[in-house]
Amino acid sequence: MNFISIQDLYFSYADETDPQPHVNAVDGVSLTIDKGEFVAVIGHNGCGKSTLAKHLNAMLLPDSGKVIVDGDDTSDETKTWDIRERVGLVLQNPDNQLVAGIVEEDVAFGPENLGVEPGEIRRRVDEALKAVDMYEYREHAPHKLSGGQKQRVAIAGVLAIQPQCIVLDEPTAMLDPNGRDEVMNTLLKLNRERGITVVLITHYMDEAVKADRVVVMDSGRILTHGTPEEVFSQVELLKKHRLDVPQAAELAYRLRGCGVKLDKIPLEADECIKMLGEAMK
Amino acid sequence: MSCVLELQNIGFTYGLGTPFEKRAVDGVSLKIEKGEFIGVIGHTGSGKSTLVQMLNGLIRPTDGRVLLDGRDIWEQPKKIRDVRFRVGMVFQYPEYQLFEETVYKDIAFGAVNKGLEGEALDKAVRDAAAFTGVKESHLEKSPFDLSGGEKRRVAIAGVIAMDPDVLVLDEPTAGLDPMGREILLSQIVNYHKQRGTTVLLVSHTMEDIARVADRILVMNHGCPEMFEATKKVFAQGEKLREMGLRVPQITTITETLRQRGVNVPDGVLTVDEAVDVLLPLLKKEGRTW
Repeated sequence: MNFISIQDLYFSYADETDPQPHVNAVDGVSLTIDKGEFVAVIGHNGCGKSTLAKHLNAMLLPDSGKVIVDGDDTSDETKTWDIRERVGLVLQNPDNQLVAGIVEEDVAFGPENLGVEPGEIRRRVDEALKAVDMYEYREHAPHKLSGGQKQRVAIAGVLAIQPQCIVLDEPTAMLDPNGRDEVMNTLLKLNRERGITVVLITHYMDEAVKADRVVVMDSGRILTHGTPEEVFSQVELLKKHRLDVPQAAELAYRLRGCGVKLDKIPLEADECIKMLGEAMK
Repeated sequence: MSCVLELQNIGFTYGLGTPFEKRAVDGVSLKIEKGEFIGVIGHTGSGKSTLVQMLNGLIRPTDGRVLLDGRDIWEQPKKIRDVRFRVGMVFQYPEYQLFEETVYKDIAFGAVNKGLEGEALDKAVRDAAAFTGVKESHLEKSPFDLSGGEKRRVAIAGVIAMDPDVLVLDEPTAGLDPMGREILLSQIVNYHKQRGTTVLLVSHTMEDIARVADRILVMNHGCPEMFEATKKVFAQGEKLREMGLRVPQITTITETLRQRGVNVPDGVLTVDEAVDVLLPLLKKEGRTW
């Protein structure tokens, strides 16, 4: 079922009076995201992926084209708050989005603003913290947590609003390998067990390969999209646009180029090992 | 080769004498040779940032000594400033530390404080800008008009302009996209090669470290857990994983094959190397040709 529908979206940061020629940050994007889907968006800095993300919960409004969230047009100002309850946004730097001195108060911030009654807030906060495995830390100070823990608290803060979709803009960019795994596992769990739609913007290809679908952006447009297998097997296209592919895929691609017969391009280490093992038999 | 930095049993405790005492670095002894490219890895809170801040006297060790060219940097505490010109430090997200009116002045700031002037200063600024790819046309612009990636290059140029003997970079590629990471890394490698400056690179991106470092220092709970050649460190995947670290995917692939009896050498670090070692094996099996 179609949850978000982006129709021929254009957006530019330039203001009308600026004599400079306009460069569109998003330059004609059409895309639909289904309910319960896990979509990864990759592309260079400046390719328009963050701008696109901010359109998904009416933080930015299209210059032309439409963004429809669960049947509502984001340009309809009477729907702005409904839309933001349905689509939560998590940003890159955990330190910029935690506001309270105690973890559980931070998570309660969203529902408090929505006027949710106290008993219900308590229930939602506990549940959200349990969902990201941070319940034990509910009385800790956020600034003393590790990066991965802080990001999970930020995700809990969004969950407490009970959104149907979470959009994350490079949530793991500042984390160490363990923190990255923690956040990624949390997102996969929320997606699979609760059916929450996830839109993950990332520079890490090992995260993108775990999504249902990968969207590659370049210069404000969609370069290609499809399952991780479909996208990352286009090694040449991605390399041409100087994007990364998982090392397993690159290895298989290069070996193929030297005449080794490999049926498909593997994305993960295990798969690659298996294929190479068989090729050597 | 001669030793440029030597740490003698240095340690650091935050909040010493208070109830919040925390031992961040504990008894580190090691030597870094002139011209080496060292990778520093470790999970968040492993003490790597505290350790590198002791190298130029930003933090004074609570015990032990830091020797720069054989002399204790705290021998004359009033002269600690000189050490900071010789051990240049690029912090995390340095683009937030720009403050001057123009890019040129920002890059020149450290060099001016070091005492450079006139032509020597101009040359230092322009060379540093060239190393990090700051465009000539940007030098007279306000640093605040640049993009995040450009600002970061200006910040790094500012440290390079002081021509330090040792350059320490704390996660210089964090938040950059794959292409930006690639470009910045090759600029650092290029600078290292041309000037022969000793470089310490702190990073969470194992693929980057694998490509550039001669040796890797692995920090864990405030102690150096390993300090060995890059190949040797990444051959110990299991041990690294226990410390919350990873090895590059390509190394995982070749190491697993090796453990299963395939004749590949240990410590394969890049896709290029993997292709070289795997191709003859796949060819020999005769199924592919």
